Amino acid sequence: MSSLSSYLLLSAFLFALGLAGAITRRNAIIVLIGVELMLNAANLNFIAFWRFGDHPEALTGILFAIFSIGVAAAEAAVGLALIIAIYRQYKTTNLDRIDSMKG
Amino acid sequence: MDWIVKNLWLIPALPMLAAGISALTPQRGRKLSATLAIGSMMVSFLLALCAFAHTLGHQGEEARQVFNFPWFEFAAGSAGVLQLGWVLDPLTAVMLVMVTFVGTLIFIYSVGYMAHDDNFTRFFTFLALFAGAMLGVIIANSLLLLFICWELVGLTSYLLIGFWYHKPSAAAAAKKAFITTRIGDVAFLLGMVWLYSQTGTLLFYDHGAGCMEQSALAKMVVQTTSAGMAVSTAIGLLIFCGAVGKSGQFPLHVWLPDAMEGPTPVSALIHAATMVAAGVFLVARVYPLMGARLEGAPVETTALQVVTWIGAITAVFAACIAVAQNDIKRILAYSTVSQLGYMMMGLGMGGVAVGMFHLITHAFFKALLFMGAGSVIHGCHEEQDIRHMGAIRKYMPVTFLTYAAGMLALCGFPLFFSGFWSKDEILHAAHGWAPSQIPFYLGVIGAFLTAFYMTRQVMLVFFGKNRAAAHDSHSAALSHGHSAAEPHESPAVMTVPLMILAAFAVLLGFVGTPAWPWFQNFLEGEVATVDFARLSESATLMISSSVIVLLSIALGWWLYGRKPRQTAAEPDVLEKARPDLFWLLQNKFLIDEVYEATIIRFNAWFARTCDFLDAWVWGGVVLAVSYLTVGLGWVNNVFDQFVINLGFDGGCSGMSAGGRLASRLQNGQVQNYLRIIGLGFAALVLFLIWGGGK
Repeated sequence: MSSLSSYLLLSAFLFALGLAGAITRRNAIIVLIGVELMLNAANLNFIAFWRFGDHPEALTGILFAIFSIGVAAAEAAVGLALIIAIYRQYKTTNLDRIDSMKG
Repeated sequence: MDWIVKNLWLIPALPMLAAGISALTPQRGRKLSATLAIGSMMVSFLLALCAFAHTLGHQGEEARQVFNFPWFEFAAGSAGVLQLGWVLDPLTAVMLVMVTFVGTLIFIYSVGYMAHDDNFTRFFTFLALFAGAMLGVIIANSLLLLFICWELVGLTSYLLIGFWYHKPSAAAAAKKAFITTRIGDVAFLLGMVWLYSQTGTLLFYDHGAGCMEQSALAKMVVQTTSAGMAVSTAIGLLIFCGAVGKSGQFPLHVWLPDAMEGPTPVSALIHAATMVAAGVFLVARVYPLMGARLEGAPVETTALQVVTWIGAITAVFAACIAVAQNDIKRILAYSTVSQLGYMMMGLGMGGVAVGMFHLITHAFFKALLFMGAGSVIHGCHEEQDIRHMGAIRKYMPVTFLTYAAGMLALCGFPLFFSGFWSKDEILHAAHGWAPSQIPFYLGVIGAFLTAFYMTRQVMLVFFGKNRAAAHDSHSAALSHGHSAAEPHESPAVMTVPLMILAAFAVLLGFVGTPAWPWFQNFLEGEVATVDFARLSESATLMISSSVIVLLSIALGWWLYGRKPRQTAAEPDVLEKARPDLFWLLQNKFLIDEVYEATIIRFNAWFARTCDFLDAWVWGGVVLAVSYLTVGLGWVNNVFDQFVINLGFDGGCSGMSAGGRLASRLQNGQVQNYLRIIGLGFAALVLFLIWGGGK
């Protein structure tokens, strides 16, 4: 097994873990953490493809990862802010009860 | 062109206008409608006199003046213009004067006769309309215009016979008259169409181009039809069929006696003096066509021979029936049929002048007789059976005297009565007729019978013993002690016209005696001369016919006057002698019954067959089609309800169910959305892994 495959397997495992968390958990904060996990699995893929790609000398992969982390930070900030706002509104973070976005 | 020729149309138009106005007059406007009708007839009479005076001033061909005008155009070119017009010739002038004069007198008489009738205005409307139509027939210079007026005359005759339509017999008689004359008119119409196809014009006289003028006649004479008959003869015979219907000649005479159901002035005006004479007039009008022949052919054309024979047979046939009738008006009706037969005979054998002379004299004395009979009926409280009369002479002297004048004129009493001269003309013509002597003998027998039945009637009505007593006490009881159970004389409004007509019935004969044949010469457009030598030429014939008439009157007196019948119920003298023959005559030779058993039964059978076909065959087809349509409609309805509607409804409910299902996906649960995204992502990955993207 090449090292790329092991990285990809790791990232796939991380993504699956994040997705499972995001889908199954009821707490909004845990869901947000799951989303972060999935993002980082993607970042791991960027790094792995860059490290084992054709041009490892160019800094494309790491730059992508850095951007992604930045976006993730912003997203986490917005997400947490939303969760706080929702909590203030509904006095709960249980996602099953927050269904006012249906048609 | 003279004023009177141009305005000849006024003569029929005035009575028609009067009819139109009185048609709009309410029932209480009795005076207005009578005044209008009589006034218009008087003015027409004056105009007719003007026309008569006008023709007196011209001789020969000039005596005939026509006024034609295009009526409408049905095709391009001069051949497509239908022309109508009127003609003023001696024939027209004489008829105009006769109809307007007799008409005026009868109108005046009607005022008295119909005085108690509720529908007085309707009566005068119809009378005036009749007079207008009849005058239209007389002045017409186009066979089409003549036919139009002819049918109008038939219509008014129908209306007037059925004037008392609440009586079933009157309604039936009206229908019978209308339908019987229609049979003749169909042939008339056919003849007219044929004539038009042959000559291209229906004008009688059109300055050489009319259908009664030489060029058209010459063309028709040379052509022959399939039976070897000249076209002119065939057309003439078809037109004669119309005259047979209208003038009550032999096979179609059945309507005329029944027509006596109408009011008596109607019988006098229409069924004695004018309308029935229209048939004779028609033959006189188309006489050039009837008499058209090839050069060198015998004078008597087939058409004229047919006219003669029909006339002769009718004359004797109807006179026989008249002998055995008991209704005062029916005797006169059969007498009219018989006299019309004489006129036809005169036309066929002696030409226009002979037939027309008898027409004119007959119009006067027969109108007189009918009005006299009406006066008697009126005086005897609507009694028409001569067996219930008798001795009326004492109660109604004026009526008796005038009636006697009419009776003697009809019998042809020698020298002083018009009927003698006109009948003698006919017998004279018959005596000299080349094809056969039989019509002459038939005419003599007819003259004998005429004198006999008139004597019988006068003896029973005016002489003897009044047999009304038993009958009258019955009717007097009914009419709440109507004290005047005895016959009474009619008012002056009825007797004065009788006297005027009686004067004419006597005097009119002198304008057509052999010594001074003014009337005949006038019709032929010649100047009359006095020549007593001609009197001696026909003296033997005149003497023998006088002897026959006198013998017949004597026989009538011997049978009916010598021993007058005592009661109304006892059988007739002739009935005692030959009951079977009398029965046959009384039942009019069973002609009605024969028609009933043949033509009418066939007609009824045919009608029933048509009805059956209608109900079952054509009706069945129509019903089948309608049921088929209804069935198709039902199928369509079912299809609509259960296929179209249900399919549509199904589609709709499916759509909304789908919508509900789709809306359930969007439940607001964020994680749910994520699950679906995840599933989609997994599916995409699986798809890519199995090489779907390549």
